[in-house]
Amino acid sequence: MRAWINRQSLLIDYTLSSLGRHGGRNLGLFAVYAGIVFVLASTMLFTHAIRREAKALLAHSPEVLLLKLKAGRHAYLTRADLDGLGRLRGVSKVEGRRWGYFFDSLAGANYTLMAPSAGSPDRGRIDVGDGVARTRGLAAGDTLSLRSAAGGLHAFTVGRVFSAESSLIAADLVLMNPSDWEAFFQLPDDVFTDAALSVVNPLEVKNVARKISDRLPEARVILREEVLRTYDSLFDWREGVLLALASMAAAAFGILAWSKASGLSADERREIGILKAIGWDTRDVLTMKLWEGALISGGAFAVGFLVAWAHVFHFEAALIAPVLKGWSVLYPRFILTPSIDAASLLTLGLLTILPYTLATLVPAWRAAATDPDQVMRGTE
Amino acid sequence: MIELAGVTKVFHEGRHNALVALDGIDLTIPEGRITVLQGPSGSGKTTLLTVIACLSRPTAGRVRVAGEVVSNLPEAFLADVRRRTFGVVFQQFHLVAGLSARTNVMLPAYPTGRSHADIAGRAGGLLDRLGLARLAEERVEGLSGGEQQRVAIARALINDPRVVVADEPTANLDSALSADFLGILAGLRDEGRTVIMSSHDPRVCQASVVDRVVHLLDGKLAA
Repeated sequence: MRAWINRQSLLIDYTLSSLGRHGGRNLGLFAVYAGIVFVLASTMLFTHAIRREAKALLAHSPEVLLLKLKAGRHAYLTRADLDGLGRLRGVSKVEGRRWGYFFDSLAGANYTLMAPSAGSPDRGRIDVGDGVARTRGLAAGDTLSLRSAAGGLHAFTVGRVFSAESSLIAADLVLMNPSDWEAFFQLPDDVFTDAALSVVNPLEVKNVARKISDRLPEARVILREEVLRTYDSLFDWREGVLLALASMAAAAFGILAWSKASGLSADERREIGILKAIGWDTRDVLTMKLWEGALISGGAFAVGFLVAWAHVFHFEAALIAPVLKGWSVLYPRFILTPSIDAASLLTLGLLTILPYTLATLVPAWRAAATDPDQVMRGTE
Repeated sequence: MIELAGVTKVFHEGRHNALVALDGIDLTIPEGRITVLQGPSGSGKTTLLTVIACLSRPTAGRVRVAGEVVSNLPEAFLADVRRRTFGVVFQQFHLVAGLSARTNVMLPAYPTGRSHADIAGRAGGLLDRLGLARLAEERVEGLSGGEQQRVAIARALINDPRVVVADEPTANLDSALSADFLGILAGLRDEGRTVIMSSHDPRVCQASVVDRVVHLLDGKLAA
């Protein structure tokens, strides 16, 4: 065992010196390699983390959401509708929600104006998400004037700005008093945009959904797991687009790496010939080349992955977020919780390290399997 | 003892440019002696050396080293014989540029499983013995021809081989350095090692340290 460790240690020592002697070429290859891994890993880390974030957020969201439709269009729920839903077996709580969209032509952004049933601001005051505050340059105590559906100007005093930690769900949110909400949208006090339902037994969610559909055939019932699935599909699609683009770059690099790795220069063939002539055997040469491939590809993978980690979890994935988050004036700004999908990491590792390492072995084996005098004479 | 029986080496065998470099060589090389293979360019000296040192296989014939037939050994075993038995000094030295003299000397011992300290210590001792201690950490491409050759000799000795093979060792050296080199070979012989070298230099063939001269012409032994 000691001899094996000594042998590997000296072969690695030689490999490192060999890489150093061809520094410029190897450094260029290393940089491109690490760059490709960086893009692929950034995409994987970002989409995995944001899916995980969505899952965590949705864990606290209602199990069932209900939108009433009339002739295929969104209609308001009435208090009578809510009472009827509350009487369904299996439903433990029904909460009517009141919200609406407002397009702010000054900022060119859409806000979500919501009147919470509990803990709402006083009349004339609003609480805003950090996206709204950032876009309009607002702080607590400032005034925000919005033009209502009827054309009248409504002035609100900002009570508080939600912290950046809640940005993922609250970036575009404006919370207001229910009376202000009714006045702004000119709606009576007994209508609701949608309803959030809690069920007694989470395993019975689908049965409850079926009962709701029976009672309100035109209603659209949205289960929490469906929202989660939609997020998954959305990020799967965006991740797929980015990975497809990155894969083209990876393929171009693969061709470059293959041509570099699979063809030995005359100097490299001569060097292998010298090593064999002075006592190395084919196995020693291949082990050395294996280390070379592993050091370049493994090192580039490690560097690319670590930079991707810092990029995604410390610098808000600035380079890829616009593609993956989609277009919006009010980009939520948030720091994702670091997490790794082991299967993706393993796949990425295998796809980047193995092919290059193997590509370095084939020509080395051909050179090393030849009689050393032929290698040195260049007649192989 | 090294014995060759009917050794033939054909390059590009079966092609239109086939070349018979060695043609039925029968030769016995005694242990503990300095043997010189002499002949003009193209006579097959270097090819014969590579076959003896297990650097290439004969197309036909048999090579025995210390009673063991090595000419038909699989590569892994042949490499083992090469490493244990032979130390080779090439005409062009074939040092690895970019590495220090000490590292070049250490290279043949890398696959042996010995520790770095052990190998480095022995390399240092050999360089010291050959008068290169102060140049141990210098890159070999910065050394003179004579110094490079001594590094190559030290490298050939790192695994303590029984046989030292040298291909045209004095071809790139002046008279003084050639004499130094022959002195080193005499020292190796006195340690009990077998020395085989090729040369067409008359000063080498006529040197007093040389025990035997084998003449080659057109791939055959000449009278």
